Amino acid sequence: MKLTRRYRFSASHRLDTAALSVDDNRKLYGKCNNPYGHGHDYVLDVTVAGTPDESGQIVGREALDTLVKERILARFDHHNLNTDIAELAGVVATTENLAVVIEQALASGWPLPGRLDRVRISETERNIFELEAK
Amino acid sequence: MLLTRKAEFSASHVCANPAWSDERNHAVYGPNANPNGHGHNYVLEVTIEGEPDPVTGMVFDLRELKEILNQEVVEPMDHRFLNREVAPFDRVVPTTENVAIEIWRRLAGRISRDGVTLRNVRLYETGDLYVDYGGTS
Repeated sequence: MKLTRRYRFSASHRLDTAALSVDDNRKLYGKCNNPYGHGHDYVLDVTVAGTPDESGQIVGREALDTLVKERILARFDHHNLNTDIAELAGVVATTENLAVVIEQALASGWPLPGRLDRVRISETERNIFELEAK
Repeated sequence: MLLTRKAEFSASHVCANPAWSDERNHAVYGPNANPNGHGHNYVLEVTIEGEPDPVTGMVFDLRELKEILNQEVVEPMDHRFLNREVAPFDRVVPTTENVAIEIWRRLAGRISRDGVTLRNVRLYETGDLYVDYGGTS
């Protein structure tokens, strides 16, 4: 059985890789390469798999909210992904890479009942990335 | 092939274990334990699996599916206080998990038949919280 809870954070980023020339970055990333960056209202769905305990819950809502607030929202919300997130230093701040960082930040020493099953991040309503937890 | 049908119902509930103290219930369930209840607009997505019938072109008759969802879920639960009016929630805490399990129990026997399987029950308590249940915990 799985429980999915939705969170939101707003952040800015710029897609640019040191591995490519200025022109090639421009061609590859288009507007996402604009030099001063831009932002999104990200939607993060966190899915926990498990069996309900004696409370009838896979995981307590407040405990899950606290974990996601501490590990993700407090760090990412209203921040610049390129400059403010250590794990993304030197990494292109695509939502693919963001999903990896968020999955690792949540999975590391998972302190709650159940297990992290997946994270799903919408950068916009049209671009959605999903990563199954290891 | 998978087919998903949606239904909605609005109901109130309290999440509290009567064997526990108020303090413990609030520690476990937060404001969901407030004694007089609160409500949600539940959204149910029922997914069934099968192959289209070669004559009708349908996996399942949608009118029949709608009727089953109405009889088993919407009529008994819509605009009800789950703890007081809908069994087994007089003794089972109506968390989203337990409501999804109960909906599965009500639907499985009526939907699953030759070549058709109930695959998943997804129950949204709010737009920001849902549970998936596939018949095993």
